[in-house]
Amino acid sequence: MPKIVTGLAAPLPLANVDTDVIMPKRFLITITHEGLADGTFADLRFDEAGEIRSEFILNKRPWSQATILVVGDNFGCGSSREHAVWGMRQLGIDACIGTGFAGIFYDNARKNGLALPIVSSKDRDILLQLAGRETSVEITVDIEGRVIRAEDTAIPFIMDDATRSGLINDVDDTRDTLTYADAIRAYEATLGAGMRVCVIK
Amino acid sequence: MSRTLYDKLVDAHKVCDLPDGDMLIYVDFHIMNEYTSPQAFSGLDTKDLTVWRPEAHLAVVDHVNATRSQEPHDQASKLLIDNLEANCVKHGIAFYGLGDRRQGIEHVVVPEQGLVAPGMLIACGDSHTTTYGAFGALGFGIGTSEVEHVLATQTLRYKRLKTMLVEVDGHLPPGATAKDIIMKIVQVVGAGGANGYAVEFAGSAIRAQDLPGRMTICNMAVELGGRAALIAADEKALKAAAGRAHSDMLRYDNEDWASEPDAEFDKVFQIDAAEIAPLVSWGTSPDQSIPIDGEVPSVTPEMPPKTKAALIRALDYMGLEQGQPARSIQIDSAFIGSCTNSRIEDLRAAADILRGRKVADGVDAIVVPGSALTRVQAEAEGLDRVFVEAGFDWRPESGCSMCLAMNDDIARDGERIASSTNRNFEGRQGRGARTHLMSPAMVAASAIAGRLADVRDLQRETE
Repeated sequence: MPKIVTGLAAPLPLANVDTDVIMPKRFLITITHEGLADGTFADLRFDEAGEIRSEFILNKRPWSQATILVVGDNFGCGSSREHAVWGMRQLGIDACIGTGFAGIFYDNARKNGLALPIVSSKDRDILLQLAGRETSVEITVDIEGRVIRAEDTAIPFIMDDATRSGLINDVDDTRDTLTYADAIRAYEATLGAGMRVCVIK
Repeated sequence: MSRTLYDKLVDAHKVCDLPDGDMLIYVDFHIMNEYTSPQAFSGLDTKDLTVWRPEAHLAVVDHVNATRSQEPHDQASKLLIDNLEANCVKHGIAFYGLGDRRQGIEHVVVPEQGLVAPGMLIACGDSHTTTYGAFGALGFGIGTSEVEHVLATQTLRYKRLKTMLVEVDGHLPPGATAKDIIMKIVQVVGAGGANGYAVEFAGSAIRAQDLPGRMTICNMAVELGGRAALIAADEKALKAAAGRAHSDMLRYDNEDWASEPDAEFDKVFQIDAAEIAPLVSWGTSPDQSIPIDGEVPSVTPEMPPKTKAALIRALDYMGLEQGQPARSIQIDSAFIGSCTNSRIEDLRAAADILRGRKVADGVDAIVVPGSALTRVQAEAEGLDRVFVEAGFDWRPESGCSMCLAMNDDIARDGERIASSTNRNFEGRQGRGARTHLMSPAMVAASAIAGRLADVRDLQRETE
């Protein structure tokens, strides 16, 4: 992904938004990655009849164009479903700014080019307020410089080195790890008898 | 420096350092289900990669299958189940599918089959993989991209977590169970309170628990954000891991799988077991729970605006009034099942309450045994008859079922459920469904009363 992400941000201040809310299970019965944009935040975006809930932030102008979310504490908690991240990406979300994310969601995001900058509660509240203004404010997330810029505000964020370089370089982790195949084999050679699982078929 | 159990487990599985502070860790054993693995297998195909060690993986059907009968309830679920089987056949991976006597909920099947032992590292595309910490093994959930990574490399890219110790000392009062211990811990630490941490549970009340209870505790550690949950391996853990299909093959005795006495943790919580009462969740996050003889919280003047808004939203979703006594909350249905509480010990605890009693009129009560072997054992003990005579629907097949409603057990909009499961999220058991988490015995007591009920009242009657 680009080293700098710029876009309109939408405030989503609810705490503990779990992956069941991000991607309800009726969209999970699939063997592909595709077609998940409609499922993303589906029960917040649409009512039982499938009609748009006009009061939900991502259904309102200008935030229907948002590519960045400013979120409540503990976003992405719950189930391991990577479908939640796939769906957010397909909905056009490039970054999600919060005070802390559930571990599995954080790792899933990195694998799919969704940046998750971590800021203090105070800074998050400043960003929530900025994002909530109807006179659309553009936010810039500088992944390389680990700083968020909005108007004349500059807010530093936390992102570990491996996640940052993973996002910027867009490396395929699986293929990259296979370049360490010798190290894996060397580790396996140290395993005692009884340390090599063999599942009975 | 003295090491924690977590550090010992990470050190023992470290393959090498990677640039930027990550490391490669070795996965001893990897479990898959039908819903988080399809795209991992197709990733292998797209990249033209093979499975590094096919014998180190197990695939189990559990999330989407119907439990009323062995036949898939629709074409979409059949597609997922058939897809997993085909992928396993293609790559030479063990597959416990519908009709296999070893099938069941993955985290019930694995200990049952002796596929967990102290000192192992286990990964699975399911957040409740923390369950294996009960044995002094490092288990954690991964996403689908990481499933692909484990299949192709037998390793994961990993960052060492911070460590948290939760000590629970003292005697648990009558009526309180392992479920109440972990619900209390989630309440104290908070949902997300352990994000970025590996959590070790210690103290006399934890040691007093047998392995099924320890599994319940480690299982729900993910609800406080713990990416790993651990309990020191002791004689009880070794005994529970022994004598099963795979036990004799596995030996990870290269360490004493316990934290060293003076090991330091980044954060410590202490909880008095004597203060833990049977709990029920009232809201839409697992940390929102109250003692069964308590009341739904009310807005207070000093409450910060965000807390107040969250409280009102949760009450609105749950259809509850501020200050409403927990025991006045009427239920529509009762569910006993899930990787948290569907083992034989859970079924026995619920049956003890149900024996000679009837489910209240109008309450739909369902029990889904955690595995096919659990069901066979329960039937041998006559527990199925106790459930059926009380008015429960005893399911002939095993799976996650109504815990996450990915099969045909979907709660109606507004349906209120007393549930032995792990998550009370909005929409978890069906769109608009209202979940109250509690122990299996508490679900049984509530099913009888037709409202949230105190299991201790029935236990006193029985005595």
